[in-house]
Amino acid sequence: MKDAPEHGPPRTDPIKSATFTDPVNAEIRRAAATGIYDIRGGGAKRRVPHFDDLLFLGASISRYPLEGYRERCDTSVTLGTRYAKTPIELDIPITIAGMSFGALSGAAKEALGRGASAAGTSTTTGDGGMTEEERQHSTKLVYQYLPSRYGMNPDDLRRADAIEVVVGQGAKPGGGGMLLGQKISDRVAEMRTLPKGIDQRSACRHPDWTGPDDLEIKILELREITGWRVPIHVKVGGTRPYYDTALAVKAGADVVVLDGMQGGTAATQDVFIENVGLPTLACIRPAVRALQDLGMHREVQLVISGGIRSGADVAKALALGADAVSIGSAALIALGDNDPKYEAEYNKLGTTAGAYDDWHEGRDPAGITTQDPELAARLDPVAAGRRLRNYLNVMTLEAQTIARACGHNHLHNLEPEDLCALTMEAAAMAQIPLAGTDWYPGKPGTGY
Amino acid sequence: MHTYDLAANSLRDLNAALHAQTAETNQTRWDVVNPRGGHAIAVGIDAPIEVNVKGSTGYYCAGMNKQARVHVQGSAGPGVAENMMSGTVVIDGDASQYAGATGRGGTLVIKGNASSRCGISMKGIDIMVHGNVGHMSAFMGQSGNLVVCGDAGEAFGDSIYEARLFVRGSVKSLGADCVEKEMRPEHLELLRDLLERGECDAKPEEFRRYGSARQLYNFSIDNAY
Repeated sequence: MKDAPEHGPPRTDPIKSATFTDPVNAEIRRAAATGIYDIRGGGAKRRVPHFDDLLFLGASISRYPLEGYRERCDTSVTLGTRYAKTPIELDIPITIAGMSFGALSGAAKEALGRGASAAGTSTTTGDGGMTEEERQHSTKLVYQYLPSRYGMNPDDLRRADAIEVVVGQGAKPGGGGMLLGQKISDRVAEMRTLPKGIDQRSACRHPDWTGPDDLEIKILELREITGWRVPIHVKVGGTRPYYDTALAVKAGADVVVLDGMQGGTAATQDVFIENVGLPTLACIRPAVRALQDLGMHREVQLVISGGIRSGADVAKALALGADAVSIGSAALIALGDNDPKYEAEYNKLGTTAGAYDDWHEGRDPAGITTQDPELAARLDPVAAGRRLRNYLNVMTLEAQTIARACGHNHLHNLEPEDLCALTMEAAAMAQIPLAGTDWYPGKPGTGY
Repeated sequence: MHTYDLAANSLRDLNAALHAQTAETNQTRWDVVNPRGGHAIAVGIDAPIEVNVKGSTGYYCAGMNKQARVHVQGSAGPGVAENMMSGTVVIDGDASQYAGATGRGGTLVIKGNASSRCGISMKGIDIMVHGNVGHMSAFMGQSGNLVVCGDAGEAFGDSIYEARLFVRGSVKSLGADCVEKEMRPEHLELLRDLLERGECDAKPEEFRRYGSARQLYNFSIDNAY
């Protein structure tokens, strides 16, 4: 205070609003300047309760661990055991999620197929149909049946290893898709029966069925066309997981794919991604409960996606009752998406490695989310496929490490009792006791 | 001719038998009796055969058809000839919702009326309706031709891409980005062929043409509703 006469009166430090943060203000200015909402790719970036908020307890006197490097811990999973004559048998419980040719380059789709096949798992088409690249390089390919039906045809339906009826996805449950004109190349336009260069909209709901009763008949039709050979998956965005899972089972699904809000999209409104849907962690237990209530747990398989990054995430999802997980964003990063080696180019686009999400603009320095031939040529599908294989192998090894430490000789033997929660929110969502207690919010019989 | 009785045999066996036919088959004529509104009848055929369904069908009759001629001697439930690739489907009676949805080729003839969303997301199919079509028909129509000899309901051609729409009667309202367009000689010629193939008793000159104003093709705030 005594210095005040020389330097003026003391002032409070500038304090920025916790409500009107720099990013919030920047978005207000951007909206005011353009009049258009922000469109981007990826999933929710906001912090939500996630697998990081759970820990494994490991073995102790009451649990008998398995030797980490020697004793067997199986990882296989079979999807589609309910009705399909030929269920999908996977070596690992980690699949590659649906991502379209159009959103991704042909080489990127090929790389996904190569990596998944080398790791003994499946990959999935996307909105825009099946390409030869991915069919030829995917030993097991799931063919998505989407509202747009772009490129849909019975021949591809019959050469798929499974069909995934997409009702919604975690990034935008209730929303349709978009692929902006920069990415509608001649080939993409032809596959989708659209004029080149237009901003393509994908419908938010299927054109020829509404509701679970119709879905049951639609699934019947798909089974009849494919001779009841392949599994039918039903994919839903995480919103009402108990009821959506129950209705999918009622409609005849072999597999339910449940995608939380951290799950990515090629492009949609930022406000949609960040404000609609449930965190992945909150989806799993209600879905498992629905399956259990119907006597269908493990008969109808549950695949969880949305923010799966590591073997720990895989193990936690399986411990909560999932049969497998699916990865999209993580697979793209393994291919080379957002690699810091392109930092200078990300800077030119006004962003930085790790934050680049304008996938819809088709200017991806990594050559993955683009139809620009020069950019796409940067991705070597063989090398990228190898990276994906390595990453899938590491995730599997990590999950096995945890499972053995918990005393399990198969990843599917992981169970909720292996887990504790670090936060009240995670405890409530995952219905896992708060660490050091035997209680979680909403636990039956506790009155809370 | 092969007669298949759905009252005595299963849908699975019928479709399996139809799927077993190839381009060289000599079993080219199939009669299906007692359809009794069943779903997914004659779906996924890929052979140049003729299937006569003697009665009305439920959902998705002739779905994803290739090459075959499927004749429903009755009315058809929702999604008849959905995603048809080629061939011909003829409905003697009326068709429910989503007739010809997402169809990529072939010809669908509806001799009665079609309900809502006829030709939704059509991708190359030709649809000829002797009567009226319900609301939201040709929604997001991408390619192909929809001919309506009667009237069209509300929001006709909403968010349409490059499908061509022809209506002889009234249109209750046009959907977003759908406008009436000039009927040029090449359209009259096209329509003449469509009417003939559809066994429609009408003259091309009696129709109006509708299509995309192409104002929604690129994202603009001025297009927001």
